[in-house]
Amino acid sequence: MEAVKTQDIGVNDLPWKIEYHAERCTMCGSCVAGCSFKAIKVEVQKQSLTVSEGSQPEPKHTHIARPIIKQVASLTDFCRGCGMCEKICPNNAIRPVRNADTRKTLLSKDNGPIKRGGRTNLNAQRTLDSIVVGRISQMTDPSLDAARHTFDIRAPFGRVLPAKDLPFEIKDGKLVQKAKTPPVDWIYPLIFSDMSIGALSTRAWEAVALAVGYLNEKCGLPVRMSSGEGGMPVKLLESDYLKYFIIQIASGHFGWNRIIKAMPHMVTDPAGILIKIGQGAKPGDGGLLPSAKVAEHVQAIRGVPKATLASPPNHQGLYSIEESVQKMHLSMNAAFGFRVPVGIKCAASATSVSVYNNLLRDPYKICGGFFIDGIQGGTGAANEVSLDHTGHPVVSKIRDCYLAAVKQGLQGQIPLYGGGGIGMTGNAAADAFKLMCLGANGVFVGKVLIQLLGCVGNEQGRCNSCNTGKCPMGICTQDPRLVKRLDIDKGAQKIVDYVLAFDSELKKLMAPIGNSSLPIGRSDALVSTDKAVADQLGIQYVC
Amino acid sequence: MCRIGSIKSKVPIQPSKALHLMLPQQEGHDNSGFAMVMQDLYGIFSNYKDKPLLSLACTQRGAQLVEDYMDAHNFVPLAEWIPVPDKRPGLDIKAMPYYIFRNYDYPEEAGHMSKEEKENLLLDTRLALRKILTENNAGFVYSFWPDVLTLKEIGDPADIATYFHLWDDNGCLVAKSIVAQCRQNTNYDIVRYAAHPFFLQGYTLCANGENTFYTKNKEFQSSLHRGYIGFESDSQCFLNTLHYVHHELKWPLTYYKHVITPLPFEECEQREDKDVLVAIRQSLANLEINGPNTVIGVLPDCRMITCCDSKKLRPVVVGRDENMVAISSEVCGINEIMPNRDQSQDIYPNEREIVVIDNDLEVQRWKQ
Repeated sequence: MEAVKTQDIGVNDLPWKIEYHAERCTMCGSCVAGCSFKAIKVEVQKQSLTVSEGSQPEPKHTHIARPIIKQVASLTDFCRGCGMCEKICPNNAIRPVRNADTRKTLLSKDNGPIKRGGRTNLNAQRTLDSIVVGRISQMTDPSLDAARHTFDIRAPFGRVLPAKDLPFEIKDGKLVQKAKTPPVDWIYPLIFSDMSIGALSTRAWEAVALAVGYLNEKCGLPVRMSSGEGGMPVKLLESDYLKYFIIQIASGHFGWNRIIKAMPHMVTDPAGILIKIGQGAKPGDGGLLPSAKVAEHVQAIRGVPKATLASPPNHQGLYSIEESVQKMHLSMNAAFGFRVPVGIKCAASATSVSVYNNLLRDPYKICGGFFIDGIQGGTGAANEVSLDHTGHPVVSKIRDCYLAAVKQGLQGQIPLYGGGGIGMTGNAAADAFKLMCLGANGVFVGKVLIQLLGCVGNEQGRCNSCNTGKCPMGICTQDPRLVKRLDIDKGAQKIVDYVLAFDSELKKLMAPIGNSSLPIGRSDALVSTDKAVADQLGIQYVC
Repeated sequence: MCRIGSIKSKVPIQPSKALHLMLPQQEGHDNSGFAMVMQDLYGIFSNYKDKPLLSLACTQRGAQLVEDYMDAHNFVPLAEWIPVPDKRPGLDIKAMPYYIFRNYDYPEEAGHMSKEEKENLLLDTRLALRKILTENNAGFVYSFWPDVLTLKEIGDPADIATYFHLWDDNGCLVAKSIVAQCRQNTNYDIVRYAAHPFFLQGYTLCANGENTFYTKNKEFQSSLHRGYIGFESDSQCFLNTLHYVHHELKWPLTYYKHVITPLPFEECEQREDKDVLVAIRQSLANLEINGPNTVIGVLPDCRMITCCDSKKLRPVVVGRDENMVAISSEVCGINEIMPNRDQSQDIYPNEREIVVIDNDLEVQRWKQ
């Protein structure tokens, strides 16, 4: 007993315990080799056994030394519950089991605040699940046929002018546009959200990009993808496929050296520019790329040495929203000749309506989209305290912003996009549809995409180790051995299939309310079984 | 579903003609009311075509309130027609105590006003009267415009016609344009203001079918123009949009269709004027309609129009002879009033056109 102190870590202090059946184990070693966290190891254990080896029972008690798989009791090399061991074990001999008695959060702060990836684990409530599409077309108007009718599923990205400001003149009884208007593109209302090369492995980023290419070129769905703050491969910047990408600029400006150098060689404009001010998962924090993930190619794209890359919480030199509009929006607009919509992404906040009002009233009319990222958004790396204890749900925020615009008659002029937890329960189409009825023009998703690639992280503390560089699925790591686990083509196919199903499901929701155009702001189509939710959102309460 | 109808004629016609157009369609509506807007008036209003005509239904107190307001704002009454009702027992009508149709001369100061200023004066006056009457629960004002008369009431359309002597064809009420509907009931409360046709600054409109984008339309229109109020019926949105596109934005009429039922983006892409079409679609996305609807409208210049939703979910037919064009939800109504017309000339408008009838009764079909 003297060898053990009360402060020593035991496996029962950890969030996951390994359930191991030695009798089924063939000692193939796959689990140990496959555990990227080194949370299990091979040990030789002295065992007291009764064995019978002959054709007749001849029980014999013996002490033998046998190799076994053992969980590591460590606060750094602990089991994340990813289940890779279970996945690869041919004999079902091993699996992680959630440990309700874990003390890990309490104990593992010796090296400062805990950092992790994933989503908030404390605020996974689902407002959208208490809302249903309750206004069904019957008798007074017909439902549509989701399979037969044609549907116009497109969302604006760009600054929309009020009709009275359109530079029209009448020539021969027809309207003619006599001056330039801000660029507006009508895109698919599902944007692949900003996950950088660096946060994602090259293969994962490529798989998402490949899916975007396929959806555009083969499926006719103009899905757009945001690069994330980390630049893009020069070959892609200089290719025709750039038109499917929204290039992000965040406070660290990572990747922009290459982007600017590539600009003279671009053969087409990007789909847009997204100025990232904040992120729902960790509002008030900048991007964070731990040095473990700053591999050579990441250093090359971003032009940095191998070090932890922490983007500042603010864009340096900006101290007011007016400045943001003037400096960032104007310079980004000017950089691409006012041909490319420039949007802005903020973390949902109690102040979102003020921000949106300011953007709506901006005299230059150059903000092309307001992206609101809710508390349930994911991240590659953040302080756990930020993930779990800061942020703002996105649903009421989208509604508040929409209604603020309605109050001024400005709805639709700066498209609203909502994200953060979209598709958390697997059905992004239902979430998107409801948010659109509440006023969003579209949604953006990130976590769902990597989950389709194989990410097993969830809101119950599973895995969430994107920050470690040890992602067992090869998605959020730059370790070539781990990255190799990810099949790019299969991953891309999974995403494509999901979006095609999303499209069909969206139609299955539009058809019963009798609409062939997206029901932006059609709050009358929704009802809620939660009185408080209904009151807050201004929709019907039903029971 | 509402049945709607309208007649445009070279020779003045009486309201009974509109009733004959509507009543054969009564299996399709619930006979809960009658409403009509007459434009280009003859008969007893012949001499006052350029003077605004006030149409209202009110209580005695309401009549006094209106008189006080008009006096205070220097409108000079010129002529009026107060129907003497047929109060025989058994009529299904929820009548108001008074129906006033009164021509006014403009206030003296209006002499220097532009056409637009005069239009605004008339609108503001009607809105002020509506507010006063509503606040005092004293009545309803439907229109205040030169050469336009509106009558609305709750009850059985045939009985309402009896009550107002509309079957008598006595020559009092005659016009070259009548838009009518035989239903008061809406999906919402039974309110006289909810009955089509609706009127705003020279524009008359009735529509049928659920406006599934009512909430969007209403939320947007509420801040577009002070005249876009009430929204007792979701169909008022169609009128507001017509008024906004044609009167406020001053866009050619053909763009009304592009606003309410925009072309799909794929089709826009094929068009030479795609920049304009897409700009309209994105700026006025909140005025789109997306349900099953037919619209009949009359413009300030007396042209009559009709068009449908983009999926052609509601029927409408245009029939004509030498002297008359009628638009109706169902052809049986037109058969009743124009049995000898050439039926092969009937037009069943498609989902991508506006049918426009000009004052010479020339019928044009404008493809969207």
